[in-house]
Amino acid sequence: MGRFLRESGAVAQVELLKLLRDPTELFSRAVQPLLWLLVFGQVLAHVHGIYTGESGYLAFMTPGILAQSVLFSAIFYGIAVIWERDLGVVHKLLVSPARRTSLVFGKAVAAGFRGLVQAAVIYAVALALHIAVRPDPAAVLGVLAAVLLGAGVFSTFSLVIACIVKTRERFMGIGQLLTMPMFFASNAIYPLDLMPGWLRVLAQLNPLTYLVDALRGMMVAGGEHVHGYAPDFAVLLGVFAALLAVAVRLYPTLAQ
Amino acid sequence: MAGRAIETAGLTRRFGALTAVDRVGLEVGYGEIFGLLGSNGAGKTTTIKMLTTLLGPSAGTAEVGGFDIVRAPAEVRARIGYVPQLVSADGALTGYENLRLSAKLYGLPGAERSARIAAALEFMGLSDSAQRLARTYSGGMIRRLELAQAMLHRPAILFLDEPTIGLDPVARHSVWDRLRELQRGYGMTVLITTHDMEEAEALCGRLAIMHAGRIAAVGAPHELRAALGPEASLDDVFVRYAGGAIDAGGEFADVSRTRRTARRLG
Repeated sequence: MGRFLRESGAVAQVELLKLLRDPTELFSRAVQPLLWLLVFGQVLAHVHGIYTGESGYLAFMTPGILAQSVLFSAIFYGIAVIWERDLGVVHKLLVSPARRTSLVFGKAVAAGFRGLVQAAVIYAVALALHIAVRPDPAAVLGVLAAVLLGAGVFSTFSLVIACIVKTRERFMGIGQLLTMPMFFASNAIYPLDLMPGWLRVLAQLNPLTYLVDALRGMMVAGGEHVHGYAPDFAVLLGVFAALLAVAVRLYPTLAQ
Repeated sequence: MAGRAIETAGLTRRFGALTAVDRVGLEVGYGEIFGLLGSNGAGKTTTIKMLTTLLGPSAGTAEVGGFDIVRAPAEVRARIGYVPQLVSADGALTGYENLRLSAKLYGLPGAERSARIAAALEFMGLSDSAQRLARTYSGGMIRRLELAQAMLHRPAILFLDEPTIGLDPVARHSVWDRLRELQRGYGMTVLITTHDMEEAEALCGRLAIMHAGRIAAVGAPHELRAALGPEASLDDVFVRYAGGAIDAGGEFADVSRTRRTARRLG
């Protein structure tokens, strides 16, 4: 366990250092959720087009936008991995005696840092928009845990795709193809009840739905979550474990 | 150490219909600097990838440091250092941070880590630039940083895949000097791939020339030259066994990789 933590920590530490040294990506990634909340959310809240309970549409949407933000910043993580492959960094990591699980897990933890920054930005915007966020430490810690786990799921998914497609051009195409359908086939901006049957089935198969559901219950006061925290976290953990197992098998193929 | 540092028998790697490495048999003793020569696409990098456990063989066997590359890859990895042809130092990290990452991945105890890193930086002449981002280093400094990373855990065997490609003559000689010191000072075995005859002559005690995935000739540089005639140069030996000019052959990917590396180091 100590060895696993040391190796994963080393990989995550490097990613964090790079992020702190050049935070441009963090700022640029924060723009999109701001637009969703400040433009789309404000307009739709004004129209009252979607009934989302007493707390209002903006409060309903805010956890969805946080989840979307986690998805969008994590899903393109594979690009960085392909870049590392082209530079030879992956080769060096794989020749070291570090366990493959540690290397992949360390990458997922690093993606979690990015998610946490997104969470801080969205909390700040939510407070500025007078959305009633839950201030109790347990709820905030729960949100942070969900964000870390969600970032782990989507970044590891991204790593799996990177290992399969192996080039940045192909990855960009597939990344674009996946993100918007995953976002719209989820409960991020409208409730599951409003979806046609086929879309609801897709949404139930989509891990983003469970991330949104958990965040909705923990982030905003009066936020309604459908599945319950235990099933939400169980699904996210299960998907993360499965993707981790696949990524650990595929990661070495990047150096072949 | 008993036995051989590297020993392969019938080592083969196929990619679909293409046989990139074809029944290669090699024996490299401990403490040798052994050169693997060949044109682009001759199979050198594929051979190194198999020996460093990055790529599984299609057939044959290989032992590195006394451990089978397929049955005991973790044992092999713990005993080797590797400098890939691609520039593997992370330009967004300082020299020190690059080394700290390696130290942690290779499991150097916390108490020893700083001293080992300082010694490696000193050995490679990088102490003064340790806190600079690696992307600001010259090509020669990057290669020395990568050597420092590869030697940090004092491996028994170093694999270097065209380590001086794209370097100017001064930087190239500086890398050679460090390699000789590694062999003399630490008794490391070095397997180096190159298609630079001057490098092969200057560094290697023995050479194997690869052509079309096979070993075409093995011996000390002077033996290979003498076998061809009294006036023969190593270039002549290469042309004789590799079947063409030095830069002939190679797939698009090989040429592209080589140029990319040269561009980053140049």
